[in-house]
Amino acid sequence: MTDQTIVKDVENVVVLFSGDSGDGMQLSGTIFSNLSAVSGNQISTFPDFPAEIRAPQGSLSGVSGFKLHLGSRIYNSGEQADVLVAMNPAALKVNVDKLKSGSIIIYDIDSFSEKDLEKAKFKTQEPFAELGVKGLQLVPVAITTLTKDSLADFEIDAKSKAKCKNMFALGLICWLFNRPLDFVNHMLEQKFKKKPQIAQANLKVLSDGYNYGQNTDTSVSTYRVETVSCEKGYYTDVSGNRATAYGLVAASEKSGRPLFLGSYPITPATDILQELVKLKELGVKAVQMEDEIAGISTAIGAAFAGNLAATSTSGPGLALKSEAIGLAVMAELPLVVIDVQRGGPSTGLPTKTEQTDLNQALYGRNGESPVAVVAATTPTNCFDSAYWASKIAMEYVTPVILLTDGYIANGSSAWKIPDLAEYPDIVPHDVSLFDGENWNGYTRDEGNLARYWASAGTPGFTHRLGGLEKDYVTGAISNGAANHQKMIDARQGKIDKIADSIPLQELFGDEEAELLIIGWGGTYGHLQEAVDKMNRQGKKTALMHFQFINPVPRNTGEILKKFKKIIVAEQNNGQFAAFLRRKFDFDGVDFSQYNKIEGQPFSVIDLMNSFTKKWEEK
Amino acid sequence: MVSADIKPIFTPKDYKSDQAVRWCPGCGDHALLNSLHKAMSELGLESHNVAVISGIGCSSRLPYYMNTYGFHTIHGRGAAVATGVKVANPNLSVWLATGDGDCLAIGGNHFIHAVRRNVDINIMLLNNKIYGLTKGQYSPTSSRGFVSKSSPYGTVEDPFIPAELAFGARGTFFARCIDVDLPNSVKMLVAAEKHRGTSVVEIFQNCVIFNDQIHKTISERLTREETTIQLVHGEKMLFGKNKDKGIIVDGWNLKAIVVGEDGYTIEDVLTHDAKTLDNTLHQKLALMNPENGLPMALGVIRAVEAPTYDRSIEDQVKAIQEKRPIRKLRDLLLTGEVWEM
Repeated sequence: MTDQTIVKDVENVVVLFSGDSGDGMQLSGTIFSNLSAVSGNQISTFPDFPAEIRAPQGSLSGVSGFKLHLGSRIYNSGEQADVLVAMNPAALKVNVDKLKSGSIIIYDIDSFSEKDLEKAKFKTQEPFAELGVKGLQLVPVAITTLTKDSLADFEIDAKSKAKCKNMFALGLICWLFNRPLDFVNHMLEQKFKKKPQIAQANLKVLSDGYNYGQNTDTSVSTYRVETVSCEKGYYTDVSGNRATAYGLVAASEKSGRPLFLGSYPITPATDILQELVKLKELGVKAVQMEDEIAGISTAIGAAFAGNLAATSTSGPGLALKSEAIGLAVMAELPLVVIDVQRGGPSTGLPTKTEQTDLNQALYGRNGESPVAVVAATTPTNCFDSAYWASKIAMEYVTPVILLTDGYIANGSSAWKIPDLAEYPDIVPHDVSLFDGENWNGYTRDEGNLARYWASAGTPGFTHRLGGLEKDYVTGAISNGAANHQKMIDARQGKIDKIADSIPLQELFGDEEAELLIIGWGGTYGHLQEAVDKMNRQGKKTALMHFQFINPVPRNTGEILKKFKKIIVAEQNNGQFAAFLRRKFDFDGVDFSQYNKIEGQPFSVIDLMNSFTKKWEEK
Repeated sequence: MVSADIKPIFTPKDYKSDQAVRWCPGCGDHALLNSLHKAMSELGLESHNVAVISGIGCSSRLPYYMNTYGFHTIHGRGAAVATGVKVANPNLSVWLATGDGDCLAIGGNHFIHAVRRNVDINIMLLNNKIYGLTKGQYSPTSSRGFVSKSSPYGTVEDPFIPAELAFGARGTFFARCIDVDLPNSVKMLVAAEKHRGTSVVEIFQNCVIFNDQIHKTISERLTREETTIQLVHGEKMLFGKNKDKGIIVDGWNLKAIVVGEDGYTIEDVLTHDAKTLDNTLHQKLALMNPENGLPMALGVIRAVEAPTYDRSIEDQVKAIQEKRPIRKLRDLLLTGEVWEM
């Protein structure tokens, strides 16, 4: 009775796939997310893995989820869900407060037995009543049984059959969103290329799930989600951590310098190491060291030998690397230090997201020890930010700290596979550029104040670097008073000069807006959505979102001067606000703050409420 | 015209930098620096192909006195920096100058892991059993009860024996020499460079200011031949002024005997095998000490062949590149899950 089904047109939708770790929800989610991208939606996704490595089956802590935000104005992975697929009671319980009113819950009625409910700590046999669920559209489907029936004629073992139930759920979702199955069929055939029988089983269940929706359930309306046209090209789905790894590789390719990564596993940064160790055919040398300090120390050694060198970590690891970053500042070596920020202090909330390492990145070293700081804004921007961090490092012969965070590192979205010809050149400040006389290791280019980088092994340029202060002219060890001041100024001046080569700061929205929102790094998606919605409500608001933190782009002050009301929104207690106040201490600029540190991405509603209050202020 | 196969001839002076050496007069570091210059000239290393790395401490100033690539890094991390240099460019001859505090206290972790990985670097461990640069505190190699500025009533901890650490970390090369014994120091440094893998050379070094004569028993010219034994692979373990004393196995232990006395003949004396994989005897030899009636073992105690970390990384990259033709990031990404819009 398809013709009776109501089709609802929507701009954006959030779908949540949730089940036990073994239920294959990540796969269903990924396929549907790619399918949506192919269908012309913008997508942004976020996986929600259990914190425990092997949580008991059916338990609350064992729930594994995949959130997908799709539509035509997608800036982040979404908040409250419109559709929940719950493969068991635990998945229902964990996600029930993440739903919009009126949202659809498709659940596997076969896995809601007394025992299943008990595992999810339900006290009664009425889970929905117990949770106080009201105003939701419940779609109970016997997914387990129907999957089994669907594969009755297949000669594969029962376990493999049971594993196909995620495809039944996917089929249902495809029906709900009016998606043709051709692309999914193609993806599954690719995925199970070596197991044709399993591929066929998955295809059968997928198609039966789709048909089940079409033939039996007319009680819910299906969706038609707005699409957008996008740039032509080849696309793939990429997470922030993978994009970071690729950005380093791209910079290596563009600069002609081999890539070296020295690292140590740490949540949520480990994927960068795990991605780079795979890329041996591209000549990448990525090594797992005995600790964080060795990770950065080997990278510093590799930089001395002329490689594009990087180290990847999270907050606690950055703390351990502080002294070595100071060495790279003093020895003036190119180095990319990636900090995927997580909840702190100390071990803190390893799997949660925060922006609390900005001060550590800017100031966390002894002495006057300036470094460049870049902050990635979205999963795909991690690629560009890693590229730029590498470019700055090699062109100014300096350590650069790249800040990402747990949210954008694990989140992913569709990404146009870049053509490196469209990226700016990277010209390492190599000693071959030096055309004067009497070169020594600390001979400086008076233009950009960078010293000339001579890779160990180059004939004619032996030199000694070190953590001791050096003479500005001779490069020998120096305790001289005036010389120290001069070197301090040179190292700071070099960082300041980076502003000559980075893009100017963009302003999203109207220059005449009553309110300016300032953000940086991984909160971009939520701030953009909040500002976008404010403007659509007629409350003119602009957003200045920073990717380049130290130095800030040259036109920052100019933009700031245009606004009377400014809010700096960040997931810390005002670290960037304090940084800006120090830099732009001129009349009429007053930075208000919006700070939230809950380990979660910003809530767009909360942002809008707070921004509106400021906007309305006389 | 110089033909390409004629190696240029180098002299020790070629490795000296123009910086004035600023160690205390009489410091053992001077001697080691001279030995290093000499060893490098014997090896015929081109100075731009040499990288000398160090941590922090008196001996870690050494790179400034070399006319090679040099890097004076931070306390304890020299082994890790040297690992990075060598992995990035395995064609470089990489040396680490480090002291007992730098290498075995703050840098202990990096030391054992460099040794375990068998990175092809040469570690010159200058052991003076004291912190010199901070003016006289005990170190991880100071004996129990040692009185210093930070142990006025004597230490209450046992020292490391560096060889034990190196063997515990499955080291492939360990040698010993005395700072003032130039010919043997040069020999050890040459052997270290020739060895493929992590070479640890422990140099008994005298701190003339804070721990003078700490190695007196073994370094004194007059008694040295009685208190030490110079081990040479394939040769009988003989020592003493007249080379009439030898090392034999006695049960599970080693014993010093006089050949021709108590019924012992030259046949009973052990022949040194530095290349045997089993390090049990190497351990025993390294633990010999005049305090327990045995001579201090000097020379190359252990030198076994094993794959090196830096070359293994290169080989792995090469092996995978032989199997997979893709060299560009974009091409690689296009082989993944991709759709066209």
